[in-house]
Amino acid sequence: MLAKRIIPCLDIKDGRTVKGVNFVNLRDAGDPVELGALYSEQGADELVFLDITATHEKRKTLAALARAIAQHLNIPFTIGGGIQSLEDVEVLLDSGADKIAINSAAVRRPELVEELARQFGSQFVVVAVDARQMSGDWYVHLNGGRIATDIRLLDWVKEAENRGAGEILFTSMNHDGAKAGFANDITAQVATSISIPVIASGGAGTMDHFVDVFTQGKADAALAASIFHFREIPIPKLKSYLQEQGVNVRGV
Amino acid sequence: MITIIDYNAGNIRSVLFALERLGIQARLSADPDEIVKADKVIFPGVGEANTTMQYLRERQLDEVIKGLKQPVLGICLGMQLLCTHSEENDTECLGIIPQHVLRFRPRQGEKVPHMGWNSIYNLRSPLFDATLEKEYVYFVHSYGVEPGSYTIATCNYVQPFSAALQKDNFFATQFHPEKSGKVGAAILENFLKL
Repeated sequence: MLAKRIIPCLDIKDGRTVKGVNFVNLRDAGDPVELGALYSEQGADELVFLDITATHEKRKTLAALARAIAQHLNIPFTIGGGIQSLEDVEVLLDSGADKIAINSAAVRRPELVEELARQFGSQFVVVAVDARQMSGDWYVHLNGGRIATDIRLLDWVKEAENRGAGEILFTSMNHDGAKAGFANDITAQVATSISIPVIASGGAGTMDHFVDVFTQGKADAALAASIFHFREIPIPKLKSYLQEQGVNVRGV
Repeated sequence: MITIIDYNAGNIRSVLFALERLGIQARLSADPDEIVKADKVIFPGVGEANTTMQYLRERQLDEVIKGLKQPVLGICLGMQLLCTHSEENDTECLGIIPQHVLRFRPRQGEKVPHMGWNSIYNLRSPLFDATLEKEYVYFVHSYGVEPGSYTIATCNYVQPFSAALQKDNFFATQFHPEKSGKVGAAILENFLKL
């Protein structure tokens, strides 16, 4: 039976992890490769690295990072953050990335999804979507959530699928950071309206939140950052709990 | 020398890195001579069947692969291309393992691609040892091969399908051992010991 996936997310700036990380047994908590390897040891099913660097050197840093991760980790990883073009992606693929996540660039030019899927295969293309609920409906936001659009979430994920996306990474801006649970209702709507896997993100605070996003939210995978970084929920404990609750996950 | 067939496939570097982590120096090559002379050959692949077959034919790599006598490991698309035919854009494949590659036909809203960790069972091959029964490995694919006489590992998604195949010196996994954690590393080591 296909297992539900647990995915820690690491924010990267200039090749280093930025969010405070509360691990005692790391030589260098800022080293994304070392942190990624630790998560992998603990049973993470995949990793997502999001680069928030805003410099022109970005492409080089990102490629070097992808290469270092690919050399050291034996689980799949996605890399994203400010990817604009086919050239950006080609470098990452060549460096050993398993998947890339595109966000604002895909909304601004949806043909990019098609071009990437055609050239590199759908399995390589994760479309990340940040959305906020406003007067009842969910709308896609750009640039890390700073710019609202009038594009409806369900319309956009359908379009992304039709254009060749292999997976959707959906973040609810209403829930992100609140630790009060994932956006289960809308996640379930996203998951059932398309036939590609959906990674739910935003709102994880307790182990039960993960149970809920997999059962009520019908997510294929759940992504979280701070609760893993600050060891509020160790991955092995989370996985045993999910198994006890009848959610099929890969054992550690 | 272990040689990884170098063509326009996505996961070639990942396979090279996986071998490096096992302390094995492998070589990427598209040179028929180097491939034929290798001790073992790995034929990875992520991508679309038709384009890839065309690419192999243009470089006469199809005939090279068919003629290999040493242990060969096909991975993912590499496994599918070792078969006779793929439903993906109606592609005639290498025909080494007489099997057809079919698209997943979801019955209860299952997602396609089959993406993530799934368990493998009914293992029967030196590629696997008994401890690996029911272990999880990483899959990403929309097409697969039904269980048959060449099946050496089975997995269940929508219905049972071949997680791995073997015919003579040709071994093949539908999953990605290079991305399957310790289990995948054990499988790669078993292949290297053949």
